[in-house]
Amino acid sequence: MVSTLIRVTGDWSLAEDCTAEAFEAALATWPRDGIPTNPGAWLTTVAKNRALDRLRRAATLARKLEEMTAVTELEHLDPELSDFPDDRLRLIFTCCHPALSLEARVALTLRTVGGLTTAQIARAFLVSEATIAQRIVRAKRKITEAAIPSRVPEAHLLAERLSGVLAVLYLAFNEGYSVVAHTSIADEAIRVTRALAQLMPGESEVTGLLALMLLQHSRRRARLDPGAVPLTLEEQDRSLWDAAAIAEAGELLNGAGRRAEPGPYQLQAAIASVHATADSAAATNWQTIVALYDRLLAVTPSPIVELNRAVAVGMASGPEVGLAALERVAASGALDGYYLLPAARADLFRRLGEYSTAASFYRIALAGAPTQPERDFFARRLDEVGG
Amino acid sequence: MKYMMFVATDPEAEPYDPAQDNIQEWVAEMVARGVNLHGDRLRPIEDATLVRVRNGEVLVTDGPFTESKEWIAGYDMLEAADLDEAIEIASKHPMARFGRIELRPVWPFEE
Repeated sequence: MVSTLIRVTGDWSLAEDCTAEAFEAALATWPRDGIPTNPGAWLTTVAKNRALDRLRRAATLARKLEEMTAVTELEHLDPELSDFPDDRLRLIFTCCHPALSLEARVALTLRTVGGLTTAQIARAFLVSEATIAQRIVRAKRKITEAAIPSRVPEAHLLAERLSGVLAVLYLAFNEGYSVVAHTSIADEAIRVTRALAQLMPGESEVTGLLALMLLQHSRRRARLDPGAVPLTLEEQDRSLWDAAAIAEAGELLNGAGRRAEPGPYQLQAAIASVHATADSAAATNWQTIVALYDRLLAVTPSPIVELNRAVAVGMASGPEVGLAALERVAASGALDGYYLLPAARADLFRRLGEYSTAASFYRIALAGAPTQPERDFFARRLDEVGG
Repeated sequence: MKYMMFVATDPEAEPYDPAQDNIQEWVAEMVARGVNLHGDRLRPIEDATLVRVRNGEVLVTDGPFTESKEWIAGYDMLEAADLDEAIEIASKHPMARFGRIELRPVWPFEE
């Protein structure tokens, strides 16, 4: 409802105010008169009428052509249509426009498309509610004042803009996923991505991202021990993994894979899917995972992907081969100072039984780990190898 | 929607190559489309003059100007449908490659 009013009036605060007023009116009248047969249409009608009142008043004062056009369009809006999917799609592209800062895009998308409160978003990003509110207000002002359009980009821009939208959604998801208490953000990111996948069924990378999120989210009940310290895939109780989510992701990937050459999200989802469908870490098809990492590197070369590939090589062909692959990655210097490089070395030496070498690398990883759960994890490992 | 397009230098951009300078084509296309209202180059900062009024007195000086490696080398007033069209126009300007471009929406007084 908000997205439709925004599209028609071009005025974000007007649209939000009128929608809020419609909900207030519902709270006041529904308990007395009963819930209408089509509550959505009832709300849209009330919000539309409020918007019309305000615009008519403003238009008489200013006689602005656009506002009169908006009035005409509002008058012809059919509230019986349950939703306006095209408006929602337009809104997603507006909220993720590259002319807005990345923080603003994430906050605005979660607030306006997802419907989270500023308080919820603030908690997830560890900033004050006022900061998030300010970010959203400034972004909306820029949308209006710089005339950021409300439309799905034309064909020549679509690939670039869509990948920007996916990056925002994945960032929001990871933000929610990295902190246990904020799974509402992860849920919301999945919901918006699901809506986007329904609105753009031909875009296989949207499907790929949805599958990737579902697969990561399927481990939410298994990924931490009772002390909230992360568990590796090897250590997790796989019976706690969400089988329905894993199955849905598998179907999504099969459907998307038939349509197009897989992009980075589909490939990452395919890797996650190999893990998710294995009965144990030992029974995992590591050769397939290495092959998928090779394809991922061909599409998006990155030292972090190379690091992950080397770890998979270690699982597929033994720790010595893994260490050799890791040394080739380290030689580039791109991962100097990155704590997951010593962490990977430590793990391979641990598997070789070279505990004192492993311990020295776990100490480096521990010193560089950015979050407390990760520090707890490396401390536990260090303990296990007798460091 | 009107945008002021500031064309600026940028030491981090690729070096200027006269053979790759398609400014004539750009002007021809944008004028034909009716999106470029007017524009020009600006003389370098050495030719600039600073004017201030302090305590009722007009102070005219040759600087000081902000020490900067990026300075405005030209401007164009655009009339575009929205920011996406303005971005498309700016991205085709040769100085988007050899320098950088800043798009500022015009803020009319009647609003």
